Amino acid sequence: MMNDILVLDNIKRDFRRGDDMIRVLKGISFHIGAGEFVTIMGSSGSGKTTLLNTLGCLDKPTEGTYLLDGTNVGLLSRDELARLRNRKIGFVFQAYNLLPRTSALDNVALPLFYNPAISASERKERAAAALEAVGLRERMQHTPNELSGGQQQRVAIARALVNEPVMILADEATGNLDTRTSYEIMALMQELNTVQGKTIVFVTHEPDIAAFSSRTIVLRDGLIVKDNDNPDIHPARQMLEELPLMDDY
Amino acid sequence: MKIFNHIQLAYQAMMRNRMRGILTMLGIVIGVAAVIVIGAAGEGAKYSIKATLASMGTNLIMVTPLSNDPGGTRLQSEELQTLTLKDIKAIEERSLYVSAISPSSQSEGQAIHGALNWPTTIEGVNEKFLPIRNWSLKSGTMFTEKDVKTYAKVCVLGQTVVNHLFSKGIDPIGKIIRFGKLPLQVIGVLNIKGQSAFGQDQDDVILSPYTTVQKRVTASVYFGGIYASAKSEALSDAATKEIVDLLRLTHRLRAEESNDFEVLTQVEMLRTLNTVTGLLTILLMGIAGISLLIGGIGIMNIMYVTVKERTREIGLRMSIGARGRDILSQFLIEAVLISVSGGITGIILGQLNALIVEKLMHWPVAALTYPMLISFSFCTLIGIFFGYYPALKASRLDPIEALRYE
Repeated sequence: MMNDILVLDNIKRDFRRGDDMIRVLKGISFHIGAGEFVTIMGSSGSGKTTLLNTLGCLDKPTEGTYLLDGTNVGLLSRDELARLRNRKIGFVFQAYNLLPRTSALDNVALPLFYNPAISASERKERAAAALEAVGLRERMQHTPNELSGGQQQRVAIARALVNEPVMILADEATGNLDTRTSYEIMALMQELNTVQGKTIVFVTHEPDIAAFSSRTIVLRDGLIVKDNDNPDIHPARQMLEELPLMDDY
Repeated sequence: MKIFNHIQLAYQAMMRNRMRGILTMLGIVIGVAAVIVIGAAGEGAKYSIKATLASMGTNLIMVTPLSNDPGGTRLQSEELQTLTLKDIKAIEERSLYVSAISPSSQSEGQAIHGALNWPTTIEGVNEKFLPIRNWSLKSGTMFTEKDVKTYAKVCVLGQTVVNHLFSKGIDPIGKIIRFGKLPLQVIGVLNIKGQSAFGQDQDDVILSPYTTVQKRVTASVYFGGIYASAKSEALSDAATKEIVDLLRLTHRLRAEESNDFEVLTQVEMLRTLNTVTGLLTILLMGIAGISLLIGGIGIMNIMYVTVKERTREIGLRMSIGARGRDILSQFLIEAVLISVSGGITGIILGQLNALIVEKLMHWPVAALTYPMLISFSFCTLIGIFFGYYPALKASRLDPIEALRYE
């Protein structure tokens, strides 16, 4: 790849539990280039979550180097990691993690509060633009409990986009949604990837979600067992239209 | 990160849980209001005492007889035979700091006019007595030096005596009353002075020349007391010392003998009373302060619950770029916002209550800035002190664990 956003070289992560040393990641290496849409799959216990935490700069590897957009994450302090997360990564969680009783606009603006370079008016503008990008222009003043699950996840995606990160990191982002809404979210992700060229890393255990991405990395017992480009990317928008309309019974 | 951003974040978080914020504030509101009301009432009490004492004359010096002989029959102080006209003359002639002096001979007895009578006190004084006590006449005149010299049977009445001896609408001036068997012509009526600082009715008095009282009522050449007036309030202490020295001289007391009289100044009484009310106020303020402390502990309690409850939110904030110190500031500012808005509400409430006390109880209430300032800064300190530990706990959370917290 000519422009690598992520470079992982022999990443290892050990946890000490009592006298035992639990080795969760046993040497993981891969590169992700700008504009890729990668799904990371694996059953529970495969080290998926630990890898996600490492990629998200929430955790540091015990061994190996991890470069995020050219920065060596392993050398940073806690505060520098926080700053890196703020500028380079957009998180999307399974449980949305929106602030309750807070408008969609304020929720989306939240990451910008932690960037002193951004003024209050710019914050508002950018949050509104991000909400518009996910198709929620009409819902800016709604609080999370006034929004459906799919809409809440779209607010969360807008929040991940608002700081213009180099990578969107999604953790089971469709895990709480039904098939139709999942497809809607994946369609949005695909659009962000193809139209806006966003790099997306999507952690999931659902194989049909992986079919929407351009590349799939499969983990098992802390090692990569498969790393394929996807020759047959399913267009989510089209599949959504082909879904049978829901029958009320 | 800018402080204003922190304040905005903390405000947003607070507005998300209004009811809890208000309930937490309540402890602080009550504490601060209590401090303000008690402080204001205490200060009001001081003012009222000062005003009452000032109405008695701020330069007033009182001399009462005292026994310096522990043996023999012990007598009431007015019956002690130590103060005589010689003492008055000595002070009048030789004092530098005393502007006026009057003896006082008191006696209890029944005043009678027509069919009405009233038990009261007759006070024998000289013509300078009124300015010394800062008293004034409502009508008529005070007796003169000549009246004193000639043992004139004249008197000046206090309003209470007038009320009990004369039916409404009758002018007492010129009428003749009797005090016991002694007939006295009323030549003046005193203005109302109300109760003294000790609860005595100062209007329940008949003033007559001391010569008349000594000859016709007490049948004694000794005085029950001496009233003197210092040239100014500042000279009150000097005048006191002078009087003590002069009296010791006229009484021929040897250096090792103790005084056979006691000198009390208004300033001294003011000091004593201020000490008492000051102590009382401090005590009550202390109790109010404890309620403020309990309010602060309430804040700490709520902040703990809040941190626990919002663990996922803290995890989220950290994952989108909040540093530990950002989380610390947010929770600290939340605690301070709660305590300070509680403090402001408490100050307003306290002032309103102080005004109500003033209106309902006619208790002069002094609106003071220092209890306000003190309780306000105390509130901020409480917010910081009791908010710090929970906020520190929040800032040290591991974002990975916080995000997965159920």
